[in-house]
Amino acid sequence: MSGFPHRHLLGIEALEPSDIQTILDTAASLKEILDRPIKKVPTLRGKTIVNLFYEASTRTRSSFEVAERVLSADSLSIATATSSATKGETLLDTVQNLEAMKPDMIILRHQSSGSPHFLARHVRPAIVNAGDGAHEHPTQALLDALTLREKKGRLKGLRVAIVGDILHSRVARSNLWLLSKMGADVVLCGPPTLLPPGIDALASVTHRIDEAVEGADAIMMLRIQRERMSGGYFSSTREFHIRFGLTEARAKRAKKDVVILHPGPMNRGVEIASEVADGPYSVILDQVTNGVAVRMAVLYLLLGGASEAES
Amino acid sequence: MGTPAGFKLRQELMDGSRLSRTLARMAHEIAERHPDPARTALVGIRSRGVPLARRLAALVKEALGTAPKVGALDITLYRDDLTTIAPNPVMKGTDIPFSIDGWTVILVDDVLFTGRTVRAALDELIDFGRPARIELAVLVDRGHRELPLHANYVGKSLTTSRQEDVQVQLQEEDGDDRVLLLEREAARPAAPAAKPKPKRKRR
Amino acid sequence: MNILIKGGRVLDPSRNLDADLDVLIEDGRVSQVGEKLKARGGETLDAAGLVVCPGFIDLHTHLREPGREDKETIATGTRSAAAGGFTAVCAMPNTEPVNDSAGITRAILERAAAEGVVRVWPIGAITKGSKGQELAEFGDLREAGCVAVSDDGRPVASSRMMRRALEYAKAFDLTVIDHCEEPGLTEGFAMNEGPVATWLGLRGYPPVAETIVVERDIHLAEITGGKVHIAHLSTAGAVDAVRRGKARGVRVTAEATPHHLLLTDQLVRDTEYDTSTKMNPPLRGDADRQAVVAGLADGTIDCIATDHAPHSVDDKKVEYDQAANGIVGLETAVALCLDRLVRPGLLELRQLVAALSTHPARVLGLPGGTLKPGSPGDVTVLDLERRFKVNPERFESKGRNTPFGSWQLTGRAVATIVGGRVAFQAR
Repeated sequence: MSGFPHRHLLGIEALEPSDIQTILDTAASLKEILDRPIKKVPTLRGKTIVNLFYEASTRTRSSFEVAERVLSADSLSIATATSSATKGETLLDTVQNLEAMKPDMIILRHQSSGSPHFLARHVRPAIVNAGDGAHEHPTQALLDALTLREKKGRLKGLRVAIVGDILHSRVARSNLWLLSKMGADVVLCGPPTLLPPGIDALASVTHRIDEAVEGADAIMMLRIQRERMSGGYFSSTREFHIRFGLTEARAKRAKKDVVILHPGPMNRGVEIASEVADGPYSVILDQVTNGVAVRMAVLYLLLGGASEAES
Repeated sequence: MGTPAGFKLRQELMDGSRLSRTLARMAHEIAERHPDPARTALVGIRSRGVPLARRLAALVKEALGTAPKVGALDITLYRDDLTTIAPNPVMKGTDIPFSIDGWTVILVDDVLFTGRTVRAALDELIDFGRPARIELAVLVDRGHRELPLHANYVGKSLTTSRQEDVQVQLQEEDGDDRVLLLEREAARPAAPAAKPKPKRKRR
Repeated sequence: MNILIKGGRVLDPSRNLDADLDVLIEDGRVSQVGEKLKARGGETLDAAGLVVCPGFIDLHTHLREPGREDKETIATGTRSAAAGGFTAVCAMPNTEPVNDSAGITRAILERAAAEGVVRVWPIGAITKGSKGQELAEFGDLREAGCVAVSDDGRPVASSRMMRRALEYAKAFDLTVIDHCEEPGLTEGFAMNEGPVATWLGLRGYPPVAETIVVERDIHLAEITGGKVHIAHLSTAGAVDAVRRGKARGVRVTAEATPHHLLLTDQLVRDTEYDTSTKMNPPLRGDADRQAVVAGLADGTIDCIATDHAPHSVDDKKVEYDQAANGIVGLETAVALCLDRLVRPGLLELRQLVAALSTHPARVLGLPGGTLKPGSPGDVTVLDLERRFKVNPERFESKGRNTPFGSWQLTGRAVATIVGGRVAFQAR
């Protein structure tokens, strides 16, 4: 049995369907640890992981931290406010300083698309992309996929609607790659201002949410940032909710057992109505648990076998 | 299932009926020592320890009328050699759906060799709770221990060389019941059909 | 300075000349082009099997001096030009300080006279500090030696300012060179807008943001009678606008860079965000690229210019969206065009030579661009068969920022002669 054929996790785009399968299977098997009386295994004892977060993120960062703890890795979290980034040090300088601590892996969240690729070229540790600009957020797509697979038993042939701000969303891009590689049928929906050119290569596109959610097995609602209004991407949160928000009536157009995903944090009353967010189709808590499981799988697969890695 | 590449068959240590008789004897010993199976669990070490644990449990039930509980341990996450062998990405997972606090747990594996697998299994088991007692049952003990461990129930003990390998084949996993003693083939330079060895190169 | 260039194929588009002839340069000027010329003292250069052209002129070079000598100096920039086959460069004014006054222009020229190995033609700013607010003193700039005006690097955002510049420049016979970009559509861009930017999650610069400003400038040139030159044109729409403008007699000319002629935005994806693919205007999609090649081939685009933009490693070894725009081009442009445009038959050699010599000279009214007796003794000698591997570590330029590193090319400039003096000769 050969190891996982990647040294870094920079995005879903570079993965083969079999790689995705391996991560999901591993995550499914590791998830059981979280129900044990002692939620800790010694697998990554002696490995050092740095969580380097240049953007605020409670959810993703704590999920990685829990995964690291469960696998017994030593970890260190650095958030922008406490790092030298505020003193004008460059990303590369910061990371090269951290390298003196001989980390085996760096988990990077950064506002510049492609920054994980940039680091992977210039430093030694394995790089895991925890969200880069509007490019990718691979572990989010993996946890969404694990959740969908658990609820639906499969990914192939599922009809999944992704709704909202596709233009600025790394979650949408990673999910698009993943779902299309795994044979799901994706429909994207949002105002034309928030649908970037060429996005229809992997999915069908509509501006009508009713059309998008019709018969859907799953609906993925993306977060709408209020500051997009000043950029002229839409007119008001009120109108956005009326035209593109997921209301209970709209959710009813989907399949009876539809699953509703949201990467969080939610804007209730903007992209999603509270009744839907708190309703029976919501799997937001499963997403949190699966987030830890998927991140454990990624750490295990990238660090479990190879440490003196040099690709 | 045939002989793995690079090995040749030296001897069949057990056939199907011999294997059954051996397990029956082991079950008998277990039943004798633990007449109350209600607080005893057989936990197999993946992969072949699991069907062995199931069989032993069934045989204990025949003797005592009650079956001990059966669990499965996947020790992948507890190995001490993760960085020296390629990881096996497909984990089957640990499955112990009951509390082991205060119980007697009998770990079951097919072959006892260096003892490192059992060490990992003990570590993992202890993370699950505090058993009153842990015992070890193995079908074959082939010696060469690297740790101070011994088995409480042994199907067959034999002296082997490091060039040899003991392979247990089971109906549930391999389609047939038997135990084989294999010998590593000497590297013959002129071997015409020598398969290129899959290189386990660490990247 | 005397030199006899013997036995080469002389290709002079200014006179429709293409024949095996000798070129004699005396006292820094072309004295004779003919058969079996005799040297009267001075060097002889054997050009058998080589192509002898009027010296190449780059209309678009960033020499960085004064102010950013860490990126390039007049000395290194002109050595880089010579090594690439250019006998003259037009220096863009976005130095620190901006070349918006006669004093700075004179300082550049003094420095060039002292340390330059090729000719340096300064371009003055359109507006003071290139801030787009007040016109620079065109008359003074012209008198000090500026050959054109431009706010390159920054677009002239205000249509009113562009109109005034075109009108005012007429008084001094200056061409206005515009970097055409509608900033309202390009804010925060890191690459071309399109499917590649979508998948990379990078902010896009839509081609139309260039096209509409090209259209605007042509209309403004038309009503003012001014001369506008479109810098680094990169979109199909811009090619079309220039083509229509020329057809109705507007005084518009245009240049394109080798990178926009040869590369597309797909390279950003293929190189996984390599910052040597980042420039302004960005690499476009293939339809745009092909339209630019077609525009060059049919004469809509007059010149090939490098937009040589050296940067320090620190400016490029950062996240993609943080990286400085621009690549170096002087030492790769000619070889790239020979190998990737002329060799596959997209452009005739004669057209390439015109786009690098005769046309740039004509666009800005510069001396040179011809081998007519009496003109400057500036000659570029090409070897069409010379194999050449791009090695940024060995550039004369201080900049190493090129996406063409390791490209294997056939054909390059092997000698650069400026005023009869050999400024560069390939070993």
